[in-house]
Amino acid sequence: MDILILLLALFVLSLFLGVELITKVPPTLHTPLMSGTNAVSGITLVGALLAAGNDGSPMMVNVLGFIAVTLATINVIGGYLVTNRMLAMFKRK
Amino acid sequence: MNENLVNFIYLIAGVLFILGIKGLTKPKTAVRGNILSALGMLIAVVVTLLNMNTIDYTYVIAGVVVGSIVGSIMALRIQMTSMPQMVALLNGFGGGASLTIALAEYYTKLGTTPASFAELLNPVVADSSAFGPGPEGTIALVAIGMTVLIGALTLTGSLVAFAKLQELMKKSYGLPGGPVGNALFVIAALVAVALVVVNPGNVAAMVAVVVLALLLGLFLVMPIGGADMPVVIALLNSYSGIAAAFAGFILGNTVLIIAGSLVGTSGLILTRIMCVAMNRSLANVLFGKMAASGEIIDADEVYAGKVTSAQPDEVAMLLENAQRVVIVPGYGMAMAQAQHAVRELADAIEAKGAEVQYGIHPVAGRMPGHMNVLLAEAEVPYDNLVEMDRINPTFEDTDVVIVIGANDVTNPMARDVEGSPIYGMPILNVDKAKTVVVIKRSLSPGFAGLPNPLFAMDHTLMVYGDGKKAVVDMTTALNQL
Repeated sequence: MDILILLLALFVLSLFLGVELITKVPPTLHTPLMSGTNAVSGITLVGALLAAGNDGSPMMVNVLGFIAVTLATINVIGGYLVTNRMLAMFKRK
Repeated sequence: MNENLVNFIYLIAGVLFILGIKGLTKPKTAVRGNILSALGMLIAVVVTLLNMNTIDYTYVIAGVVVGSIVGSIMALRIQMTSMPQMVALLNGFGGGASLTIALAEYYTKLGTTPASFAELLNPVVADSSAFGPGPEGTIALVAIGMTVLIGALTLTGSLVAFAKLQELMKKSYGLPGGPVGNALFVIAALVAVALVVVNPGNVAAMVAVVVLALLLGLFLVMPIGGADMPVVIALLNSYSGIAAAFAGFILGNTVLIIAGSLVGTSGLILTRIMCVAMNRSLANVLFGKMAASGEIIDADEVYAGKVTSAQPDEVAMLLENAQRVVIVPGYGMAMAQAQHAVRELADAIEAKGAEVQYGIHPVAGRMPGHMNVLLAEAEVPYDNLVEMDRINPTFEDTDVVIVIGANDVTNPMARDVEGSPIYGMPILNVDKAKTVVVIKRSLSPGFAGLPNPLFAMDHTLMVYGDGKKAVVDMTTALNQL
C-alpha cells in the first residue's frame, strides 16, 4: 500500500509537471510534439519486454507480449525518427 | 540487478524524457531534446533487459526486429502532408501495446491461459489475492481493467481516424442515439470491468471489456468529420498516454507512470487548444453537429453578382506594388501539395521588396501544427510563421492577403453575425487587409457548410483553380514584371 501511494504521488506530480511543460511549447512545434510524445509513450516497450521475454510464461502470454513489443517498438523507432526528420527542417534557416 | 538501482536508472530515463519535452519549447533546442528523450528510452529498455532473470529472446527479438523495420519505413517514407495519418497510427499502436500488456499481465497472474479458442470464455477459479495482497490486488485489477478499456478504444478509434484522414472512409456513421448510445456502451464496459474486479476468474467479463471497448472506439470516432480531426487526434494522443500510465500502475513501474502522464497531459492540452480555437466544447466536437441554428443562409444571396474573379497575372501586378503580404494557408494547401510553390511565390514577392509573413490559424489543417510542418518542409523560416493572435492586429497594415485552401477560419460571419453556427469562433481577420486574394476551386462551402461573405467583398479577388497551379502562375507572372 505504501508503494501505491508513492506511485500515485508520482502520477499526480507528473501531471502537473506535464501541464507546466506542454503549455510552453509553441504552436509551431505542436506536430513534432505529438509525434515526439508518441515515441515517449512507446515506453510501454518496457512492460512489453517483461511479458514477451519471460521464460516459463505460457505461450499465450509470450504471444501477447510479442504483439506489445512490436507495437511499442514501432512507436519508439517511428516516433523518434519522424520527429527528428521534422525538427531538422525547423532547424535549418 | 538490485531493484533500487533499476528504479534509480528508470528515474534517470524519466528525467531525460522531461528534458526532451523541455527542449521542444524552442525550435533551436528541439533536436537535442528529441535525442535526449531517445537516450532515456534506450537506457530504460537496456536496464529492463538486464534486470530480467530468465529471458527467452525469441519473442523479444522478433518483436523488436518487426517493429523497427515497420517504424523506420513509416518514419522515413511518410510525406509531411500525411503527418496526421502517421500520428493517428502511432496513437493506435500505443493503445494496442498497453492493451496487450494488460492482457498478458492478467493471464500471467491468473496462472492459466485458455488452451484453445473454444475455452476462451470458460471461467477459472481465482480471487484478487493472485493479483496482490489485500487491497493491492483489487487496485491492480482495476488498473488492468482500465488499461484494457482505454487501450482498446484508443486502438480502434485511431484506426478509424487514420481511415478518415486517408479518405478511405468518407461517410460518417454513428450509433443510434448518439451520445446516449455511446454512454450505454461506456456503462456496459465499466460494468464488465467491475465484474472482473469482483471475480478475476470471470474470463468472459474480461473478453467483454475488450470487445465493448474495441467497438466503442469505432463508434466514438466514426461520426466525426475530417475538419474536427485535430481534436480527435489530440484526444487519442492523450488516451494512449493515459493507458501507458495505467499500465505503469499494473506493473508498479515508475518510468511508465512518468512518461504516460506527460503524454496524457500533452494530448489533453492540445485538445483544449483546438477546442478553444473552434469556440466549441469537447462534447460538441465529439457528439454535436454543426447544426444550422437560426435561419439558413442562402449562398446565392451572399454571392449573387458580388464576386470578383481575377487571373494570376492580375494578382501578380498587385503583388508587385505591395509593401506587406500575408499568406494564409489551410488544408487545401496540403491537399494540393502546394507548400513549395507557396514558398517560391513568397521569394518572388520578397524580391520585389515586400515583407511576407504567414498567418497560421490553430485548427488549419488536420492536426495541431500541421501547416507549420509543411511550410518548414518548404524551408520557410519559422520566424515568419505567425500565430493568429499576433498576426490579427497586422492585417490593417497589410496590402495583400493570399488565402490558399482555407475557408471557415477566415469567415467574417464568425465575428459579425450573431446566431451563425460558427459565431464566436476566433478567425483570422483577413478582410481587414486592403486586398484579399482567395485561391479556391469554386465557391463551395467549407466544413461548416456555410457561405463565406469574405468572397463577396469588394476588395476580395477570387482566383479559381488548382491551388498549386494558381500559385505557380502568379510566381511566373510576377517574375516577368
